[in-house]
Amino acid sequence: MPVYLDFEEPLKELQDQLDKARELNEKENVNVKDIVKGLEKKIIETRKKLYSKLTPWQRVQVSRHPERPYSLSYIQHITDGDFIELHGDRNVKDDKAIVGGFGMIDGETVMFIGQQKGINTKMRQYRNFGMPNPEGYRKALRLMKLAERFNKPVVTLIDTPGAYPGLEAEERGQGEAIARNLFEMAQLKVPIICIIIGEGASGGALGIGVGDRVVMMQNSWYSVISPENCSTILWRTWDYKEQAAEALKLTAEDMLKNKLIDGIVKEPDGGAHVDPEKAFNAVKSEIKKTLEKLKKLDSDKLIDDRIKKYSEMGVVKER
Amino acid sequence: MAWFKREKKGIITPTEEKKETPEGLWYKTPTGKIVDTEQLRENLYVSPEDDFHVRIGSEEYFHILFDEGKYKELNRSMKAGDPLRFQDTKKYSDRLVSSKKSTGLNDAARTAHGKVNGQDLMIACMDFRFIGGSMGSVVGEKISRAIDHCLKEKMPFMIISKSGGARMMEAGFSLMQMAKTSAKLTLLAKAQLPYISLLTDPTTGGVTASYAMLGDVNIAEPNALIGFAGPRIIKETIGKDLPDGFQTSEFLLEHGFLDFIVHRKELKDKISLLLTMFKS
Repeated sequence: MPVYLDFEEPLKELQDQLDKARELNEKENVNVKDIVKGLEKKIIETRKKLYSKLTPWQRVQVSRHPERPYSLSYIQHITDGDFIELHGDRNVKDDKAIVGGFGMIDGETVMFIGQQKGINTKMRQYRNFGMPNPEGYRKALRLMKLAERFNKPVVTLIDTPGAYPGLEAEERGQGEAIARNLFEMAQLKVPIICIIIGEGASGGALGIGVGDRVVMMQNSWYSVISPENCSTILWRTWDYKEQAAEALKLTAEDMLKNKLIDGIVKEPDGGAHVDPEKAFNAVKSEIKKTLEKLKKLDSDKLIDDRIKKYSEMGVVKER
Repeated sequence: MAWFKREKKGIITPTEEKKETPEGLWYKTPTGKIVDTEQLRENLYVSPEDDFHVRIGSEEYFHILFDEGKYKELNRSMKAGDPLRFQDTKKYSDRLVSSKKSTGLNDAARTAHGKVNGQDLMIACMDFRFIGGSMGSVVGEKISRAIDHCLKEKMPFMIISKSGGARMMEAGFSLMQMAKTSAKLTLLAKAQLPYISLLTDPTTGGVTASYAMLGDVNIAEPNALIGFAGPRIIKETIGKDLPDGFQTSEFLLEHGFLDFIVHRKELKDKISLLLTMFKS
């Protein structure tokens, strides 16, 4: 049973009609071929129209769609199964909210790192809803250093509602773990590509998000805070999440316009979950295309450009 | 029947109107001790009776640390833009104007260099009074330029953090200041210039998750609140009360994230000794 978001109501109605028509066709043997065809066409058109003008809040909703593919699905498809997951931070434990390991893309080895959400209730708990603890960021750093030692590029897939705000996370230095990653990623000698595939919430996202090329998928969001939390703090109620989403300029389009990211990966109409294969391929070709370019740069140039890019972010007035 | 009724719930004072430094003749510490403000100032804003470290700003820290209170400030007139034309219950541009008016500051950090017991030091100091010491483009850019100056003049660097975290009204821009400042700090490390991070009450959010935790030496004032997530959010998440002393300087020292805790009276001498040790 597909899940429809509130603004997808027209799609749901059409789909119900289509299901009924098909049922009629089977049971009563009535010929409804033309009706079915017409409805199928209408669904595609309606979806295209709906998705051509999503509001920022609707994008946030799509980015959290329960059927949206997560990091491991991307990695499995992009590597065609040639992926070896590596575990643990060699210190405390293995954080299930961050996954990583070597994978092959058409014969080339890449270090994949990503936040991982769960696909059902049980797995969501197991993955801590994609909210990493410090050991997750430290595992990510260990894998990045491993990649650096063997001169393999790093690809990070970002999809988190934030770093976990827990008691033990604080004890083990959540802030330090994220800060350390920002510091180390700035100087990593191999290319880093970061792709926001779903939610990019604040420091928890940025903790694996400093790279030579940072791109967002069309229906992802990236900002300093989630719209709900922003609404709670500034309006003192959750009710202004739509306005907050608008004000935060958190969509791929706005982030690119403000030069805070480097590109956008197009998604199929209706979001990545409607045609995952298409989304996987779009991400794969983005990675291949970017690696081709970044491979040509020596590590000093790579690092210089990277630091320069971040140094230029921000808007101030002088005088 | 109750004798009196509380009509409004919670804290209703807007952040920017909160008074952090004592004004008037007397100051009352959270433990209830009354101190003469003049005496408090002479005592470096530490309550003489219970050692409570009162929240102070850049002006006070510069005077405590720089010899004879003399320093040269960089980019003093730099102000925040409003690239997103952010508006919640109030326009961000209006918030900036009113904060400027109530604090006399241009943003939440100032950068200055001078001598500390005769040794050069660049200090970036945050001001909590300006929109909760939140880190936006100005804070990031000032730190970035201070680092450039340090690289040019081969000068050590210190940041005094006092911040609620990233500035929401600059959204993505403020988030990227975390990456920007951290990236710039790598250049100091490469040039073997020491960076001392002093964490003061409070240091949370994106500031903790970037430059505040990246010192070659991380130090803090006693009993400061230091953390990534705020205590209220953690409490709501885990659904339990937090242990006493959670997220204090002493807690962080115990868990290995600080090198030492320093009393404000010893701050200057400790810093200058550290600088000497890095040098010789």
